[in-house]
Amino acid sequence: MNFSPVNIMGTMPEIYLTVLGSLLLLMEPFVPREKRSWLGLFAIASLFFAMIATIGLNGKGLPLYQGLYIVDPFSNFFKIAIYVGTIITILFSLPYLEKEEIHVGEYYGFLLFAAVGMMIMVSAGDLITLFLGIELMSLCLYVLVGLKRTIHRSVEASFKYFLLGAFASAIFLYGISLLYGASGTETISGLAAFVQNPGALKPMVIGGMILTMVGFAFKVSAAPFHMWTPDVYEGAPTVVTGFMASVGKIAAFGVFLRVFWVAFSANKDHWTWLIITIAILSMLIGNIVALVQKNIKRMLAYSSIGHAGYAVIGLLNPSRESLFALMFYLFVYLFMTLGAFGIVLILRRKGVEGEEIQDFVGLNKKNPMAAFLMLIFMFSLAGIPPFGGFLAKFYIFMAAVHAGFTWLAVVGVLLSAVGAYYYIRVVMAMYMKDPEETVEFLPNRMEKIALFLTASMTVIMGIFPLPFVHYIETSLAILVP
Amino acid sequence: MTFLSVPILTFLIFFPVVASLLILPFYRRPDSDGTVKWAALGITVVEFVVSLSLLIGHNPHLYQMQFTENHLWIPFANIHYALGIDGISLVLILMTTLLMPMTVLTSWAGISKQVPLFMINLLVLEGAMIGVFCATDFVLFYVFWEAMLIPMYLIIGVWGGPNRIYAAIKFFLYTLAGSLLLLVTIIALYFVGGHTFDITRLTGQHYGMTFQILAFAAMFAAFAVKIPMFPFHTWLPDAHVEAPTAGSVILASIMLKMGAYGFLRFSLPMFPDASHFFTPFMLILSVIAIVWGAFMALAQEDMKKLIAYSSVSHMGVVTLGIFVFNTQGIEGALMQMLNHGITTGALFLCIGVLYDRSHSRLLSEYGGIAKQMPVFSTLLVIFALSSLALPGTNSFVGEFLVLIGSFRNHAVVSSLATTGVILSAMYLLYMLSRVVWGVYTPKSYGMPDLKPYEWGALLPLVVLVIVIGLIPNPVLSVFHQSVAHLVSQVQPSPVALLH
Repeated sequence: MNFSPVNIMGTMPEIYLTVLGSLLLLMEPFVPREKRSWLGLFAIASLFFAMIATIGLNGKGLPLYQGLYIVDPFSNFFKIAIYVGTIITILFSLPYLEKEEIHVGEYYGFLLFAAVGMMIMVSAGDLITLFLGIELMSLCLYVLVGLKRTIHRSVEASFKYFLLGAFASAIFLYGISLLYGASGTETISGLAAFVQNPGALKPMVIGGMILTMVGFAFKVSAAPFHMWTPDVYEGAPTVVTGFMASVGKIAAFGVFLRVFWVAFSANKDHWTWLIITIAILSMLIGNIVALVQKNIKRMLAYSSIGHAGYAVIGLLNPSRESLFALMFYLFVYLFMTLGAFGIVLILRRKGVEGEEIQDFVGLNKKNPMAAFLMLIFMFSLAGIPPFGGFLAKFYIFMAAVHAGFTWLAVVGVLLSAVGAYYYIRVVMAMYMKDPEETVEFLPNRMEKIALFLTASMTVIMGIFPLPFVHYIETSLAILVP
Repeated sequence: MTFLSVPILTFLIFFPVVASLLILPFYRRPDSDGTVKWAALGITVVEFVVSLSLLIGHNPHLYQMQFTENHLWIPFANIHYALGIDGISLVLILMTTLLMPMTVLTSWAGISKQVPLFMINLLVLEGAMIGVFCATDFVLFYVFWEAMLIPMYLIIGVWGGPNRIYAAIKFFLYTLAGSLLLLVTIIALYFVGGHTFDITRLTGQHYGMTFQILAFAAMFAAFAVKIPMFPFHTWLPDAHVEAPTAGSVILASIMLKMGAYGFLRFSLPMFPDASHFFTPFMLILSVIAIVWGAFMALAQEDMKKLIAYSSVSHMGVVTLGIFVFNTQGIEGALMQMLNHGITTGALFLCIGVLYDRSHSRLLSEYGGIAKQMPVFSTLLVIFALSSLALPGTNSFVGEFLVLIGSFRNHAVVSSLATTGVILSAMYLLYMLSRVVWGVYTPKSYGMPDLKPYEWGALLPLVVLVIVIGLIPNPVLSVFHQSVAHLVSQVQPSPVALLH
């Protein structure tokens, strides 16, 4: 292992965040209870600091530590999305944790460490590094999901997530070991070189590939490995749910894409149909089961399964169109999901979180702004223009047609018409019925900033995405010609 | 051409949207409804006046797109913000801007809750509808086409009748499901047609027969739901009955035309061979729509439903005219679109007048209003006569042209369609005899005659009904060149004739 300055410089953002996160944990006992929000602001400052470091590294395209770690525009794009998502999550958390009386300082530490885990994932050039990243992220998330220690639902969710997550990790690790056994290497580029050899595709390699795919599908909550999602999303504190559903998913997609496009691009035919199956199953289960949900967090959980199905279509064919589609999709998805969960967590009924769709009834009469923002997020998630969700879906379908799977685009399109129903049901509740419940919606300044950010990004990505499109185009140059 | 140094089409699309922000300060202020209504009226009238400049600047001797604007919108996949209009879109845009002030006027008494939100929805909807008629980039077109659904969904769902939620969701899902297949077609066209979304460039190419048939069928889903053609019309009566008067007017007069506009702008010129291939199918559906719609209208007790089914019947005439592929047929179809917009819009406004007074739309609850409301009754009779295509009124021109056009090639279809004219006389005269004449009912007693804002809404339309009926030529000449060009584009290619 070579700890030359170049290597260390390249991993500076991760090092900063780890050090600052540890510092945060050390500071925690010295901060009085009512000043805990300082820790949150400290975490935001750390993320900004790391973001500046990452922007400074942009455009280098360096394999570090003999290829164990890759810093390129592609990973930097995902890292910036991770920073932004984490910052928005913290903005939502500050008042939320206070209201739910779970304001512990470790929360921010775990959030930062989870972010570091995700950054390691998207930068991993080696399957073991990747595994470390996944585990770092997952362990932090297990704790965060169980943050409401006294509430059964939260603990149950945490435990479920932990057990199933441990299984998925084990399966993933087994896949890595099979790949290593067959090829003698666990770097992604080494694997790519090995797979290109004729005769390399022994059952062992195929088996390893399938097992790693299972691991990834679990992390992005794609069907048929989605079973944990609704329970965990429902039981976790809503900020954590938003964080997992948006930021966690983005990171998992980033690494899913890198492994399959770089390492297994030579045997694309072996996994194309697996991906198609995952995509169709996810869209089908996500969109149809969401129709009957009464709890909005469960509904959004199924919706996120459906969205995973759409995003997976972007993995089908290693081409510019697909890569752009996937990155654009994830970027828009980050904001609209965080925003939707944000509205859910601010809404309170009799002092408890209002998480039934019933609680949204008549919101427009009480707080037109909140109803309007939720309308933006819902229509955007449903893929209706002029919001970002439309362009995201548009590019995904375009990628599918470009890859020669027009029928898959048709299936996706029809299922998104089914899916539109449950999103507009929320709009219907907010606008077309009269308020009955004692629901209140009182965002404080932090939450307002976060909502403004997410909503305006959702709209901008649909109406004037030009700067972001340019940025994504420069970020994808490295992976595809 | 620019207005206030903004290109005119961009101005027309975004002026109502941006101006609707003026209404926002009144959002939660009580007693501001009057101000908001005046503001909305002012905005729509300004919009109409500005849109008249299109008529002055438009050169009717050219079939090409005019007032064009073109900017790169999203560089990935080459999506442009491209606008332009020809004679066909011009007529429809003017019809839209003309009818919007009427919808504001009819909401004067008709809408009493959440007025600011309603007016904002109307104005945003106006911008999106004009955008649909202006867009010359396929993705931009689709964005406007779908974005229109959001305000319309809210208009039906928030201000509608008792069963409004069902109607709103049905409307939304039907149209969405149809439109999404259009989206796939747009994407497929991009790859087949040489990596562009430019409608003019996509039109100028020849596509393989299989592709044409598939693409035509997918587009058909989107446009047939919108028109609506039989058997995709079931959302229409629900939506009409539940929507507030303004919503019904917009639906019937403008939104239904977009389906026909889609056929004229995309399906016919892009897929001429498939259009010919599907002609028998389209003609049969048109005739079924004409006859079935008319019979359904005969059986209705609710006036809005009656007019809704008559719309199905009249739009059947439009599709019939489109799919005979000759100048008379298509010009007739366009005339019919315009006249249906004016006449049916006016009929819905009239029903709104009655409903505001007695809160009923049932035929059985009215009778003898001619004595109570002589002026209103006169106008109602004129609009009803126009709707049944009495010579001298506007609708006669359109229907007559369509029937001539179709008789040349499809005599049987044409004669079947003629029965629609007779049936429409039956249901409309039946409606008149029950409402205007007949015996007094308690409901219709003591209803005041037209109020100033109702005058404002109905008078311009009655003038148009008669003027267009007597001198239709100026209107026809606006889109004559565009239609002639369209007819030349839709001739089947020699390759297809060989097969």
